[in-house]
Amino acid sequence: MNLSSLKCVPVLALGALLAIVALPVQVIAAEGAETLQLAAVSQANTFNRNLKKEKSRNPPPPEDGIHDVENEATFILQSPREAFAELPKTAFGNYVDWVKAIDQKLLRPRWDRLNSAEEPFVMDLDIVRPVKASVPDVVFPHRQHTEWLFCSNCHPAIFIPQKGANQINMSAILLGRKCGVCHGKVSFPITTKSCRKCHSKPKPKGWKPPLSEATLRNPWK
Amino acid sequence: MTAQAMHKRVWGSMVAGVMMGLTMLLVSPSSNAEYADVVINNYADAAGMRPAVFPHWFHRIRFRCKVCHADLGFKFKAGGNKITMAKIIDGKFCGACHNGEVAWSVENCAMCHSGIPGTPTHFHGSTLQRLVAPAYKPLPVGKSMKKNK
Repeated sequence: MNLSSLKCVPVLALGALLAIVALPVQVIAAEGAETLQLAAVSQANTFNRNLKKEKSRNPPPPEDGIHDVENEATFILQSPREAFAELPKTAFGNYVDWVKAIDQKLLRPRWDRLNSAEEPFVMDLDIVRPVKASVPDVVFPHRQHTEWLFCSNCHPAIFIPQKGANQINMSAILLGRKCGVCHGKVSFPITTKSCRKCHSKPKPKGWKPPLSEATLRNPWK
Repeated sequence: MTAQAMHKRVWGSMVAGVMMGLTMLLVSPSSNAEYADVVINNYADAAGMRPAVFPHWFHRIRFRCKVCHADLGFKFKAGGNKITMAKIIDGKFCGACHNGEVAWSVENCAMCHSGIPGTPTHFHGSTLQRLVAPAYKPLPVGKSMKKNK
């Protein structure tokens, strides 16, 4: 044993660690030298390196990470997977299209706490909101919202019922204001897959994105 | 350094490596609870109960949002309603239905109080939680209760 074998100690420990986390290892053996184990280079360059791992969808309460498995009643609770089996699917949120589910009469949630015969007060009015950026304009449909909610849930505390009175932007929504009071918490969340649910009206014909000030005043053009 | 001491060092670092690998495999801090599940822990931990977990999905299959958020006065804010058992047995908040008539009654404590102790009040899977707030980790069991003593 000499100094050269001493240098191998951290390398060996690293090798052992990598072997445990089941990464394939590359064995480099120079003639006459001791064997060194290094992680295969390609493993560092995978796709979606910084994305969260695909979660298991709608897991039963004992497996969901917020219910306590030491609690016996956790095992009595219904599994969402079982409850959602017959409902239309989406790619985000609960992975259930709740609006479609009541439109197709697959669900009939009560409008009144006690009386299951009472019908919601549905108002069919679309509000179009032009958007500065090049994404399609927003259409807000009252119908889908009044299927679930009462006027006083949104008006006037969250939205002033008057044209041009509500400044809405995506930052506010992502921070849980305006539409974000529900969207991103209970109703469908803001993901790339759901943009077009709101941004659904194509720009008028001939619409071009406004040029930025810096481009208009560009001294080098 | 003798050969024996050298072997000890090598084995020591190997064992440490194995242990680290195992902890990385076993401890998975991410939870994949249902979107819109609310953990409510305003007072539960302090009272020696598990935090309550409210599953929005289960309730919206049975009721429209309006029933709770307009008729029963639930605010659109996790933990913002300051629900206590005293209010519930007086028929307010959860107690409007969880009274043995519309839904099962309050003696089924552990059906709601089923969260992992030490989990803070939060809205599971909310955009705000995903983008802005740091990921939470449940405290070790009993730690939060010590704090309150």
